[in-house]
Amino acid sequence: MMNITLKVWRQKNCNSKGAFESYPVEGVSPDMSFLEMLDMLNERLIKKGIEPIAFDHDCREGICGTCSMVINGRPHGPIKGVTTCQLHMRSFKDGDNIVIEPYRAKAFPIIKDLVVDRSSFERIMVAGGYVSVRTGNAQDANAIPIGKHEADEAFNAAACIGCGACVASCKNSSAMLFVGAKVSQYALLPQGKPERKDRVLNMVAAMDAEGFGNCSNTGACEATCPKGLNLTHIARLNREYISAVLS
Amino acid sequence: MALDSKIPAGPIETKWTNHKFKMKLVNPANKRKYTVIIVGTGLAGGSAAASLAELGYNVLAFSFHESPRRAHSIAAQGGINAAKNYQNDGDSVHRLFYDTLKGGDYRAREANVHRLAEVSGNIIDQCVAQGVPFAREYGGLLDNRSFGGAQVSRTFYAKGQTGQQLLLGAYSAMNKQISEGRVQFFPRHEMLDLVVVDGKARGIVTRDLNTGEVKSWAADAVLLATGGYGNVFFLSTNAMYSNATAAWRAHKKGAFFANPCFTQIHPTCIPVSSGHQSKLTLMSESLRNDGRVWVPKKAGDNRPANQIPEDERDYYLERLYPSFGNLVPRDVASRRAKEMCDKEHGVGATKLAVYLDFSDAIKRLGKAGVEERYGNLFDMYQQITGENPYEVPMRIYPAVHYTMGGLWVDYNLQSTVPGLFVLGEANFSDHGANRLGASALMQGLADGYFVIPYTLGDYLATKGTDKLTTSHEAFKKSEEDVKAVTKKLLAVKGKTTVDEFHKKLGLIMWDYVGMARNEAGLKHALEEIRKIRDEFWKDVLVPGSETEFNQELEKAHRVADFIELGELMALDALERNESCGGHFREEYQTEDGEAQRDDEKYAYVAAWEFKGVGEKPELHKENLTFEYVKPSQRSYK
Ligand SMILES: Cc1cc2nc3c(=O)[nH]c(=O)nc-3n(C[C@H](O)[C@H](O)[C@H](O)COP(=O)(O)OP(=O)(O)OC[C@H]3O[C@@H](n4cnc5c(N)ncnc54)[C@H](O)[C@@H]3O)c2cc1C
Ligand code: SF4
Ligand code: FES
Repeated sequence: MMNITLKVWRQKNCNSKGAFESYPVEGVSPDMSFLEMLDMLNERLIKKGIEPIAFDHDCREGICGTCSMVINGRPHGPIKGVTTCQLHMRSFKDGDNIVIEPYRAKAFPIIKDLVVDRSSFERIMVAGGYVSVRTGNAQDANAIPIGKHEADEAFNAAACIGCGACVASCKNSSAMLFVGAKVSQYALLPQGKPERKDRVLNMVAAMDAEGFGNCSNTGACEATCPKGLNLTHIARLNREYISAVLS
Repeated sequence: MALDSKIPAGPIETKWTNHKFKMKLVNPANKRKYTVIIVGTGLAGGSAAASLAELGYNVLAFSFHESPRRAHSIAAQGGINAAKNYQNDGDSVHRLFYDTLKGGDYRAREANVHRLAEVSGNIIDQCVAQGVPFAREYGGLLDNRSFGGAQVSRTFYAKGQTGQQLLLGAYSAMNKQISEGRVQFFPRHEMLDLVVVDGKARGIVTRDLNTGEVKSWAADAVLLATGGYGNVFFLSTNAMYSNATAAWRAHKKGAFFANPCFTQIHPTCIPVSSGHQSKLTLMSESLRNDGRVWVPKKAGDNRPANQIPEDERDYYLERLYPSFGNLVPRDVASRRAKEMCDKEHGVGATKLAVYLDFSDAIKRLGKAGVEERYGNLFDMYQQITGENPYEVPMRIYPAVHYTMGGLWVDYNLQSTVPGLFVLGEANFSDHGANRLGASALMQGLADGYFVIPYTLGDYLATKGTDKLTTSHEAFKKSEEDVKAVTKKLLAVKGKTTVDEFHKKLGLIMWDYVGMARNEAGLKHALEEIRKIRDEFWKDVLVPGSETEFNQELEKAHRVADFIELGELMALDALERNESCGGHFREEYQTEDGEAQRDDEKYAYVAAWEFKGVGEKPELHKENLTFEYVKPSQRSYK
């Protein structure tokens, strides 16, 4: 069993000022997940009459993209390729001090404590993150063969969980990796071709309107992304954008 | 009330086609005059929202999630079935129909299951057209794998993230409709009541989870696509927020709840490690394609796996079921794993686990080949357990995973409340007493893309509705009721947290209403659950207020409903004096320990009518008839 100390950002709502609070947590088992450790702390806080720490989570298996905090300065914590909810306490040691903050970005206002509002991502997707196809009699699925390589590449792009860690890790709060992932997925597939230009222009315009910053190629997003999305998606986004503007 | 399943007449192959033709259509210009509320935007709700909006209806979609992409459908791993027969291995609509009906242990409606098999192929076409990146072969064609309960390869997949890719497809279709103004999406809005006016579902009351605002919404029809209720057990493979509140509150407003005791315990999950565990993680069933399940032959054998020689291992599924082997259906695999552990052949520290071993697959396919198929699952396993499954066999144990039961619906997906339709896991419709792997995604999308667009139109065209606004007194009354429950929860100010109650309920459910049930245990569970309910309302501790973001309050509403639903599940299990699929009553088993059905007495759907909290609900029976598939003792030998 370990004893650790948490320094957690507490903020009542989007209008109030927040501050760090310290909480010692005793009796942490290395088999616990990070969020189970917070559950345990919250149960104790509730019993003491202190408001529990609000944090977002749902699937707790690294796929829904809901968990969102910054742990010791890094979105999703210390391990590459692992979301906050998959992080286990065996990655920490007895006596550790752990700082937990919400994502900080203008386009992700704080709702409470560690919970932020990521609806800006939704508006970008609404601007163009789709192929226009009506439900009904789509042609036979095997009528459009797609090479395994392209299909796998498109899959890798589509693996983005929309968590926003890329934005939180970027000093400019840029959403280029998130947007690049969706633009890449469709640019790589024949189904995405007809709307290719409008899509990239509209999504980039929406991204700018939401107040996400520009990309200055620091690569922080790639290093933080729990799903291994890399800068080739940003490069493809740039190419798609330039060719759409030029044509 | 007599239950009318509205199954169309005629031969099974043409029922749906004829029915589609006979149903009334809503004139295109009139569609936009109709408002449809959709609660839940997972696969079922998201696909319905997109399809109905495309047709021209005015759609209001609600989710307690911040985005449709967070719905629990995102977590589905293994794949989605379709009778495409791309592999030329003998698949057909009839075979998918037969497998699903048999897999469900003959407790589903033939007509529904046939329709599901019929539209399955269209689903794949639709998703590919949307840009869903399914796995492909080198030649560019779609790849398939096989799943439990089937001897053909009909499962389409996208690595171990099929649900994610399908949901993102439905989400993208929905986004297109949002961009065109035909869908309005309300995130972080939780439905807390159904509003019924003149016997018809006419709206809902929601709580805005950010601000606490309680608000009414009126419509011409209400669709619930709110997912399953596996979290009654506290520990399950469902997401932490998955809950039954929408369905339960609709039940209290007149929607019958069907087969609540039919829950699926999935055989391949990561075992529980400690009391702090908050959820269980599924290891996709697709792993049973290549992994071999075994336990030590000797009871109480404590040696590590690699020190147990081949001839001292019992590959019990291969031994007991030579023709299906490791690919027997879930209920069978789960029960056998429990049996092995009960007989002290279990492995690992808790002895509540069996091995799932990939060493043969690694020899055959190479490590890279196994990684290609299951890489993300292996990583997930290692992250949770700290063990490397490429080197030591995985330890797995059954966990609650899916609920076949749900709100009763007729062939048109309409509940017993006119104008209230139920889609996806929230209804009870197609899986009988046990769902086959890769069939839930198929059903959710069939409901949303291909069934509801027709049947809803028929309802609106025939029943049409008068104009109504939320100023109607029924809305005011519902709002008051919702506020009163919230106040009551906050006012108790007891000593026990919501989670503590939830865990207590979960343990009772797992021990007595779980993988194996018996009369004495179920009676005991009923008593205990009632006690938990009484204590909950006397001693629950919910911090904070109702006018702010308050996650404990959200949970309190949900757990209050889980307790009531848990009671109904136990009652349903007690009344069904037979074993079938996932419902295993120890008193009713064959000589070799398989579920023993009683078709004479129990070939029916049990649909329960709510009569008040603490009152005995009334049982209504929908008899099931089988014209095309003769129910037999299921055999996977
Ligand atoms: C780990 C896991 C793996 C699985 N793998 C597979 C697989 O490989 N193949 C397969 O076929 N099936 C699989 N399943 C089953 C399948 O994923 C689900 O049955 C299916 O996705 C359910 O979809 P749904 O649309 O009915 O519900 P969900 O996706 O659960 O969506 C529910 C929606 O309802 C909303 N909601 C609920 N209540 C309310 C309320 N009161 N107010 C507002 N909104 C509400 C939620 O916000 C959400 O949007 C898996 C399930 C799990 C748990
Ligand atoms: S690109 Fe990566 S970090 Fe950014 S939202 Fe997607 S998954 Fe999260
Ligand atoms: S809670 Fe779903 S990704 Fe972390």
